Amino acid sequence: MSTTASTAPGAEASDRAGASRRQGTFYRGDPGMWSWVLHRITGVLTFFFLFVHVLDTALVRVSPNTYDQVIETYKTPIVNLLEVGLVGAVLFHALNGIRVMLVDFWSKGPKVQKAMLWVIGVVWVAVMVPGAFFMMKRTVETLFGGN
Amino acid sequence: MADLALANPRAPKRPAARRSNFELYSWLFMRISGLALIILVLGHLLIMNILDGGVHRINWGFVAGRWASPFWQFWDLSMLWLAEIHGGNGLRTIIDDYARKDSTRFWLKILLYVSMALILAVGTMVIFTFDPNMPAN
Repeated sequence: MSTTASTAPGAEASDRAGASRRQGTFYRGDPGMWSWVLHRITGVLTFFFLFVHVLDTALVRVSPNTYDQVIETYKTPIVNLLEVGLVGAVLFHALNGIRVMLVDFWSKGPKVQKAMLWVIGVVWVAVMVPGAFFMMKRTVETLFGGN
Repeated sequence: MADLALANPRAPKRPAARRSNFELYSWLFMRISGLALIILVLGHLLIMNILDGGVHRINWGFVAGRWASPFWQFWDLSMLWLAEIHGGNGLRTIIDDYARKDSTRFWLKILLYVSMALILAVGTMVIFTFDPNMPAN
């Protein structure tokens, strides 16, 4: 039993059959399946980050200087980019979680699960574009704007 | 009719009293905690990473300022417990799905539960025992 694979009933117009005819036997699945895969991957990544994040925050109990030193690494360009990735992963997980709940509890949910997938895609982009802009602004200015 | 001593073929193999609803409650918990985490986590990410300079304004003093308010202490404490149990339960499902041997499954779950206990204990301790008057070094 899986707790998140509840999108199968509404999956219509699958391209499974065409996939094997056109290019070998690779199972390309249905968008609903890939959203389930992505839900797992983003969930696991977020869980591992949570482990690190609680430990780095625990440094506030060691000393202010120790905490400040470690938190500086969060402000470096590469880690800053990883933070955009984290926000993107969490946002997808949240939006797709709403979709899974609607499939489970809303009578029309299974029928419109694929439409909801496109809706969360649009919402994700609409939030991530300004979100990434504000998250990366200072990093980009420092890197390319000569301080 | 010949009298056939046939036990009810559809009777559950285990007696009803021994069956548990654990998986049902865990399924329900994922949805309820997920709903709360949408507010808690997305709010946290918005404040810490996006608004007003984002991560660049975070330092020890910033944390001290936030935890001066019981509201944010409660926010962070609920977020910690809900996220750790929600994520831990998700990982439990994943271990059940992909571990091929019972011993692998067993040890991965031990590792998972130990890490969950560690994170919950450390995180809770830090929120409750934070000292805003700590010297810099």
